[in-house]
Amino acid sequence: MTRPTAAKGATRKAKADTAWHRSIKGRRALAVLLTFALLIPLGILFVVPFFVMLSTALKTKPQIFQFPPSLIPDPIVWANFPEGWRGYDFIDFTGCTWNSVKITVNNIIGNLVSCTLAAYAFARLKARGKNIFFGILLATMLLPNEAVLIPQYVLFRILGWNDTHLPLMVPPWFGWPFFIFLLRQFFMTIPEELVDAAKIDGAGHARILMQIFVPLSKPALATLAIFAFVGNWNNFFGPLLYLRTPEIQTLPVCLVQYQGAYGNTDWNLMMAVATITVIPVLLIFIFGQRYFVEGIATSGVKR
Amino acid sequence: MYRRLLKPISPSARREERIFYLFILPWLIGLVVFNAGPILGILGLSFTDWRISFEGLNFVGLENYRTLFADETFWISVGNTLYITVGRVVLGTIFALFLAILLNQKVPGIPFFRAVYYLPSVTAGVAVALVWIWIFNPQVGILNHTLRLIGIKGPTWIHSTVWVKPSLIIMSIFTVGPNMIILLAGLQGIPKELYEAADIDGAGTWDKFVNVTLPMLSPVLFFVIIISVAASFQNFTEIRVMTQGGPGESSNVLVWYLWENAFVYFQMGVASAVAWIIFLLLMGLTGIQFRLGRRWVFYEV
Repeated sequence: MTRPTAAKGATRKAKADTAWHRSIKGRRALAVLLTFALLIPLGILFVVPFFVMLSTALKTKPQIFQFPPSLIPDPIVWANFPEGWRGYDFIDFTGCTWNSVKITVNNIIGNLVSCTLAAYAFARLKARGKNIFFGILLATMLLPNEAVLIPQYVLFRILGWNDTHLPLMVPPWFGWPFFIFLLRQFFMTIPEELVDAAKIDGAGHARILMQIFVPLSKPALATLAIFAFVGNWNNFFGPLLYLRTPEIQTLPVCLVQYQGAYGNTDWNLMMAVATITVIPVLLIFIFGQRYFVEGIATSGVKR
Repeated sequence: MYRRLLKPISPSARREERIFYLFILPWLIGLVVFNAGPILGILGLSFTDWRISFEGLNFVGLENYRTLFADETFWISVGNTLYITVGRVVLGTIFALFLAILLNQKVPGIPFFRAVYYLPSVTAGVAVALVWIWIFNPQVGILNHTLRLIGIKGPTWIHSTVWVKPSLIIMSIFTVGPNMIILLAGLQGIPKELYEAADIDGAGTWDKFVNVTLPMLSPVLFFVIIISVAASFQNFTEIRVMTQGGPGESSNVLVWYLWENAFVYFQMGVASAVAWIIFLLLMGLTGIQFRLGRRWVFYEV
């Protein structure tokens, strides 16, 4: 290679570099555009069910059966909300809401306490037989609730708990495999040095758990609380099975009774009530979603 | 192993062991009382002709299983369960992965879209199942309305024996949120250097996806698939609220079949046999997946 061509080659290379950079930039802009072209329509798609719920809730009865269907209600009937909530004689939505709140709050606390203890044990304590029990824990994560439903039903019948809130409120105090696993994954990430330092200071396991692990695991605990909230608030199978008396019924079952009672015609009123029952979940999710996302992500981390 | 179990240990280790068992005690009690006990209980009950009261409970051997295997509806519900499970898991996993890849792009506004995509997953329940009845309404539902706008005459969805299962699968696509987040975390855990190395080798986007992303993500994908299969076996709410197993038996899945036998016909013995079959089927499917998983799941060494 002779010198002049080398110099020429260098300038040509520099030119090619900027062209290359420009094309990279162009490609990058195109990629961003394409990403949004997918993100936005999908976002709209995911909101459709909520939109249908709300728009139906605000329509008049003739309007919901109008053909072709209208997307925006006209007129907007806010009165559907109080009218729907009043419901039928035998459906007391306010009462059902209190039952749902009571059961949900109890179950969140029960789950948090029992799962934190077990998760700490699995994450940080050494014991013979631990691996065997951890294997069992993983296996029970997959156990379908329905498979153990009948014997549980029998058990609660023998205990005389049927048609009370006890079958729904007692089991959460005895842990939930998925939550234990999730929390254990999180506890594993807490540095060993912190524990060692606390041990040197003479702290026992109860204190290490309460003063180091719990404060450091707020995102995971918040996730667990939100999961427990959503799961219990939406729980349909349990109340349907165990509760008979209308006064102790929970919201999801009340809603289904509404569906049956109206012979499926007052859809606007039903959607109004449905909207109200979804609001607490939406609020909790919106305020907790930062923790939530982080917490779920932990459960998929292999170890 | 037994020798290790019997080996004498120091007092402090013994104390730690006691705390371990103390801490897992609530879970252990729950395991025995609410899970292990019932699983064995159900095995026992499945050999009886128990109806709803304990009087007149007789041992009938394998009679319930024989009844089941001779019942056409049972086989239909097994078929429906597998149909819906395969549909949900395959489409759901692909869709969750697609969303996760989208959310892994470096563009502004990602947390917002992540929240929006997750939203239907937290609101799944009776309220949203009711909305879906309305969305699937053949005349005034938004789905067929949209199809009509682009010149397609939509089917009758959940009112059609052919379309009811695809309808339930379509609906489940909206609740892939947790899987999406888990896969997203998996994607973010793949070391950047691998992509840089692939770039130097001149690999294209597709090559990188097939040769870097998929193998590195395979353990997470495996976890997601196992969890999805288990979850798919348990969709009772939608069936109860939207189709009640119909039209005909076309959406009669095993959980619904169990429910009807137990709490509509009070055939507790038969229902117990169904429960035990659900349990075995799920364990079997999980076993098969672990077997297959050895072939495609890539673990770093």
